[in-house]
Amino acid sequence: MITVKDLHKGFDGVPVLKGISTVFEQGKTNLIIGQSGSGKTVFLKSLLGLHTPEKGTISFHDKIYSELSVNQKQDLREQIGMLFQGSALFDSMTVEENVMFPMEMFSKMTTDEKRDRANEVIKRVNLINANKKFPSEISGGMQKRVAIARAIVMNPKYLFCDEPNSGLDPNTSILIDNLILEITQEYNITTVINSHDMNSVMEIGQKIVFLQHGLKEWEGSNKDIFKTDNKAVTDFVYSSNLMKKVRKMYLEENK
Amino acid sequence: MKYLHDFGQYFIMLKGVFSRFTKWSALRKLIFKEIEDLIIGSLGIVAFIAFFVGGVIAIQTALNIDNPLIPKYLVGFATKQSVVLEFAPTFMSIIMAGKVGSFITSSIGSMRVTEQIDALEVMGINSLNYLVFPKLVSMMLYPFLITIAMFLGILGGWVASVYGGFSTHEDFVTGLQSDFDAYQIFYSYVKTFFFAIVLATVPSFHGYYMKGGALEVGKAATSSFVWTSVFIIILNYLITQLMLT
Ligand SMILES: Nc1ncnc2c1ncn2[C@@H]1O[C@H](COP(=O)(O)OP(=O)(O)OP(=O)(O)O)[C@@H](O)[C@H]1O
Ligand SMILES: [Mg+2]
Repeated sequence: MITVKDLHKGFDGVPVLKGISTVFEQGKTNLIIGQSGSGKTVFLKSLLGLHTPEKGTISFHDKIYSELSVNQKQDLREQIGMLFQGSALFDSMTVEENVMFPMEMFSKMTTDEKRDRANEVIKRVNLINANKKFPSEISGGMQKRVAIARAIVMNPKYLFCDEPNSGLDPNTSILIDNLILEITQEYNITTVINSHDMNSVMEIGQKIVFLQHGLKEWEGSNKDIFKTDNKAVTDFVYSSNLMKKVRKMYLEENK
Repeated sequence: MKYLHDFGQYFIMLKGVFSRFTKWSALRKLIFKEIEDLIIGSLGIVAFIAFFVGGVIAIQTALNIDNPLIPKYLVGFATKQSVVLEFAPTFMSIIMAGKVGSFITSSIGSMRVTEQIDALEVMGINSLNYLVFPKLVSMMLYPFLITIAMFLGILGGWVASVYGGFSTHEDFVTGLQSDFDAYQIFYSYVKTFFFAIVLATVPSFHGYYMKGGALEVGKAATSSFVWTSVFIIILNYLITQLMLT
């Protein structure tokens, strides 16, 4: 569980996050949604400690991040997996080396054990015949899957994903969503996902936080989002005619 | 104001490079990789430039002395002095600012824009130590590169003089051996050592703290070359002033 209280963050005097409080629950896929530029990435990077908040606190299971010692932060970091918006694979390493990298750095396993574990997660994300390839030699969707494999290889307690399905075709996109959902439930991970993919919102939005103008405008589940009459949310989520129809159908079905 | 800020940031970076060390087994691999990229990878260009510029220095010196009162061995002597004192350490380092420097800036810079540095940090790795320390260590081999430049520069001068008919083998060698001054060699290596540090750290700084996308990586590499050269020129002046006067 991650608890955020009154989080503020800006750049060069321009505020981006203006006081956000929320809770991300364990074993659930928590989604952060909002327009491009609304501060989703900044929010996620603040949770990860990549940005230092100007005000407010972030607690991981009741431990306030900013109050941890360097060693405690290090221990926490080893329990965190992160999938970056652009995958962020190390381009000087092969797929297998990328996935093995966190283990190389932090585990005492033998090389064979590391390789076995790497191959286990590579199989888990449905990647075949890619072990010896370099990131530049595989497609964007495959890169995303490698990045997921790297993020989960150390059995993290917290998983962060920045737009896991941007730039992917609908099939691969659903595959990745389901993978994240499965892993979250299987290992009881606290997962936080940035997204502006409406399909993901409906499918895996067990908890949704809607950001607008640097504030939390709304929060609830993917069931609630059909029923809400918060105009900001409905304008954003049901901007397309297709989504409007989906909503109408859902509301009629569940009357 | 911005320069002052950057200057402070540079020293903060150096402190970061020497804190929270990465696992030694990983660092060792990285160091070998950097030696290959930065040192071995520069051998060819260094040898090529040193040999031919050494030749040109000898020819120019010979052409400028037609006074019969000036001893013949001066060609060898002047070539040795220019190559060892200035050409090999300083001129070569400016060229390396272009080659090694822009390589370092663009490789670290592209890791910055593709969030690879963030990925390292999220894993709890000190990215400054991981990225910059191996470069700094491998650049401690830079004096070997400069030694090769000195040797080949003089060899180039000898070939050009003897085969171009500007001097004889005996005269040239006499020139090389005359007025040998160990302190000057020491001075030359002190410079080289400092230039090596500049070559490893200034381009790293430009790559590590860059902002933006792929276009900015190119811009960062250019400004890294300018600043690395400026630092080398200024250090060259300061060290010369301190050690030779
Ligand atoms: N390092 C930074 N320095 C300065 N400004 C930044 C920085 N990072 C983000 N911003 C600004 O913060 C705002 C929010 O950016 P952010 O990347 O969080 O948006 P986002 O919601 O993730 O958008 P997208 O959906 O397009 O990824 C933007 O106006 C951006 O310019
Ligand atoms: Mg973003």
